[in-house]
Amino acid sequence: MTTPILSIRDLTVDIPTRHGTLRPVDGVSYDIAAGEILGVVGESGAGKSMAGNAVIGLLSPPAHISAGEIHLNGARIDHLRGDRMRRLRGKQIGMVFQDPLTSLNPLLRIGDQLSETMLVHLDISQSEARKRAIAALDEVGIPGASGRVDSYPHEFSGGMRQRVVIALALCAEPSLIIADEPTTALDVSVQAQIIALLKRLCRERGTAVMLITHDMGVIAEAADRVAVMYAGRLAELGPVRDVLSAPLHPYTDGLMGSTPLASRQKAGNGKDRGKARLHQIPGAMPRLDALPTGCAFHPRCPRAQDACTVDPGPRIEDGQGRAACFFPIDRAKVA
Amino acid sequence: MALVSVRHLTRIFDVSKPWLNRVIERKPRALLTAVSDVSFEIEERSVYALVGESGSGKSTIGKMLVGLLGPSEGSVEIRGTDLARETDAVKVDAVRADIQMIFQDPFASLNPRWRVRDIIVEPVAARGGDTKGLAERLLEQVGLSARDAGKFPHEFSGGQRQRICIARALASEPKLIVCDEPTSALDVSVQAQVLNLMSDLKDEFGLTYLFISHDLTVVQHMADRIGVLYLGRLVEEAAPDDLFDDPKHPYTQMLLAAAPKLDGFGREVTPPTGEIPDPINPPPGCAYNPRCPLAQSICREKRPELRDLRGARVACHMVE
Repeated sequence: MTTPILSIRDLTVDIPTRHGTLRPVDGVSYDIAAGEILGVVGESGAGKSMAGNAVIGLLSPPAHISAGEIHLNGARIDHLRGDRMRRLRGKQIGMVFQDPLTSLNPLLRIGDQLSETMLVHLDISQSEARKRAIAALDEVGIPGASGRVDSYPHEFSGGMRQRVVIALALCAEPSLIIADEPTTALDVSVQAQIIALLKRLCRERGTAVMLITHDMGVIAEAADRVAVMYAGRLAELGPVRDVLSAPLHPYTDGLMGSTPLASRQKAGNGKDRGKARLHQIPGAMPRLDALPTGCAFHPRCPRAQDACTVDPGPRIEDGQGRAACFFPIDRAKVA
Repeated sequence: MALVSVRHLTRIFDVSKPWLNRVIERKPRALLTAVSDVSFEIEERSVYALVGESGSGKSTIGKMLVGLLGPSEGSVEIRGTDLARETDAVKVDAVRADIQMIFQDPFASLNPRWRVRDIIVEPVAARGGDTKGLAERLLEQVGLSARDAGKFPHEFSGGQRQRICIARALASEPKLIVCDEPTSALDVSVQAQVLNLMSDLKDEFGLTYLFISHDLTVVQHMADRIGVLYLGRLVEEAAPDDLFDDPKHPYTQMLLAAAPKLDGFGREVTPPTGEIPDPINPPPGCAYNPRCPLAQSICREKRPELRDLRGARVACHMVE
């Protein structure tokens, strides 16, 4: 097996506060291979963005990595500080955030923003950088790139801006892209364009992509593998088809049942439609300062037993395995 | 008779620069047509959904329905009363009491300085009604505890706040609730809880919903009738099964194809081309013609009227 681009082992993030230490990410391990899109899903507060920020070294203090290792292309990066991390950021890791307007400088022409990134990270001349900026805009599908390279961010629509951000993330040819909710602020038709773009670039360049989102549909279409997070822990990890259509962890199962379309398909069609109810997971995700003992999901879990209340259950180690659960759903029996 | 009937509803916003700038720069007035000649009816005790992308005018229609905005042309009649034109104050008041609204952002729509009890009884108290025990009863109906009445909004999570918004909307015993993206700010599992609650309350109180959303799966789950909007125009209206199994308008087809599917593993979609045109300067004829694969010369000249087609209403020249 080839070395993965990104390898996270037992990553733990702590936030010390006056009222004790909060743990938004707790012992998370996964790998992303070259040309692979790993979807990271979870509800708000599950720690999915926090894990992404930890990788790129953007945790805002007092949050810090308290345990675990992050390897990028075989080199350990979790302890890098200041300048050395900054050189890595942009060069080896590109980042795409949810809101394209806040990730672009409104006072700079987009061409200048692109060339600046390249001039910092690549050993090229001004004119070469400009040439590459136009090529990058062309590649992400901005029509008339040579004419628009001198436009300001406000002159673009939301979808076009997100394309510019993707061009910006890609221009130094990083080996990993972290896309944090890249399509959440966009309309469906534009979302489809952006996803198709990400998939194409990932395939053509062999870039590894960490796609953080809460939208199961986006994951299903874009990701190769999916990691489901709940209350800072990895609940389930596996190939997207397996996890979404035959989830093993009760939380994944509940999450899939809550999505309107899935329950509708189960309820059949026609006259029953009005009566179809969505599957509900009782309660809500616990707050970080009030995590239950044992498995964080046990108070809401239909399969919980005594053991779940004391022991957090098996961990997904080494990025292998499927569900972090004592009593995963036995698919052989269900079928 | 339908509870709500919307006829030739149009809303134009003046987005011109200030007068002096216009004179100096010799620019004409800029008029943005947010809603253009939209007609539909909502039957009593049904859920009518409006879907569309941002800028399609769905929220503007919702605001005109509750009377937060006046129509530029056309009318909204609720039980035969046109709120914008009716002069009998008693009649207007009676109809207004029958309408409530639930907004998208439960963090912005609750006054942080008010206790939950005061928030919930406000629609009744404002009309001088009896509010004794009302908040407690409503809180239990929406799945919260009566003890929560004394708390402040910041003590609740997003899903719980949306329940408080629903309780407030129910307080004046309305007939019609306009829900503008009620679950867009919520997580999937919480969204499921809120949608189930809304269905239950609809059956219990005999409510009618105008459900505004951009999420096709939610709309498919909730609606009895769906209207698809594009650039302020109603392009298709159909029952959910018809719309999703047999979309007729090319825009609806594009929208459905572009929406991510839960079983669409590794699906290679040909992404739709183009974007919504500028509503200040819409294309002539059918608004969708620059992106439409079926477009002919007539589409660029004449705006299509809604016509009946296999149980649906479609505004398209070409589709058969």
